[in-house]
Amino acid sequence: MNQVRVIEVKQSVFADNDKRAAALRGELKERGVFLLNLMSAPGSGKTTTLRRTAELLKDEIKIGVMEADIDSDVDARAMAAAGVRSIQLHTGGMCHLDADMTRQGLDELLAEGGVELAILENVGNLVCPAEFDTGAVKNAAILSVPEGDDKPLKYPLMFQVCDVVLINKTDVAPYFDFDLDKCREHIKMRNPSAVVIPICAKTGEGVDAWADWLREQIAAWRN
Amino acid sequence: MHELGIVFHIMDGVERVAAENQLAKVSAVVLELGEVSGVVPDYLTDCWKWAAAKSELMSGSELRVETLPAVTHCDGCGADYPTVAHGRTCPRCGSGSTWLLTGNEVNIKEIEAY
Repeated sequence: MNQVRVIEVKQSVFADNDKRAAALRGELKERGVFLLNLMSAPGSGKTTTLRRTAELLKDEIKIGVMEADIDSDVDARAMAAAGVRSIQLHTGGMCHLDADMTRQGLDELLAEGGVELAILENVGNLVCPAEFDTGAVKNAAILSVPEGDDKPLKYPLMFQVCDVVLINKTDVAPYFDFDLDKCREHIKMRNPSAVVIPICAKTGEGVDAWADWLREQIAAWRN
Repeated sequence: MHELGIVFHIMDGVERVAAENQLAKVSAVVLELGEVSGVVPDYLTDCWKWAAAKSELMSGSELRVETLPAVTHCDGCGADYPTVAHGRTCPRCGSGSTWLLTGNEVNIKEIEAY
C-alpha cells in the first residue's frame, strides 16, 4: 500500500468565496455598477418592495433585477410586468447564492449594457444567505411586521451582515403585537450601525426614505 | 440545502490544494466545524458521500468532522463563557454586549492523500 500523505491546510471553507466576492466588488466598482443584495424570509415582501423601488427610481437610474429562487419564474415575471429588466436564477434546491452564482447571474443581467443598479433578490431565508458574501456593495434585509420584533434575536447573523433593515407591512401593525421600538433595540444590539427604515410596500408609505438611502449609497459608490 | 452548498465549497478547496500539491487521489478530508457554525455534521457527511462519488479525485474518500467549541466574550465584564449553554447573554453579569470568540469555523484542517 502506498504511503498516505497528510497535507495541512488550515483554511476556512469560505475563504475562496470571500476572495471571489471581493474580486467581483472590485470589478463592479470599475464598471460603475452598484449591486444590492436583498434578503428576507419568504413572504416578507421583497418583490413588492422592489416594484415600489423601481417606480421611484427607474426614470433616473437603469435597474436590473436577479430573482433567485429554488423554482418558478413568478418573481421575474412580476418585475418584467413592472417594466424592469429582470432575470430568474434557479438555485437547484440550494438555499442561498454565493459569489460565483451571483457572477453568473450578473454576466447575463449586464450583457445588454446600461444597468447601473443591479439588485439580487436572494432566496427567501433568514439563515443561509447571510453566511455567503455575494460580492454585493450593500446588504439589505426586510423584516415584516407579522414575523415579529424578536427576529433579530433569533437570526442574529442576518441582521449583523446588513447595512439597512426595512420594516415592511407597517399597515398591518394594529393587528400584530409588533413593537417597533423594541425591534430597533434588538437590531441595534446585533448591529449598531444598521439603518432601520419602516415602510409599507403595498401603500408606498416610507418607500421614499428607502429610495433616498439607495440614492446616497449609489452616489458614494460612484465617487 | 445548506450542507450541500458547503460540501461543494469544501470540494473546491480540496481540488485547489490537490492541484498545488500534485495529489492524484484523496483518501480523507479533515474538517474543523465550530459548534455554532449552523452546519449539521450528519447531513454534511451524507452530502459528501453523494458529491465526492462524482469526483475522480475524491470518490470513496472520507469526510472526518472535528468539532471546535463555541466561546463567547462579554464586553460587559470581560468573561469568556461557553456559547451553547448560555447564548448571547453573559451568565456572569447579564450583559447583552457579547460577541463570538470561536465557534463559527468551517475550516479544512488537513487532507490525506496517496
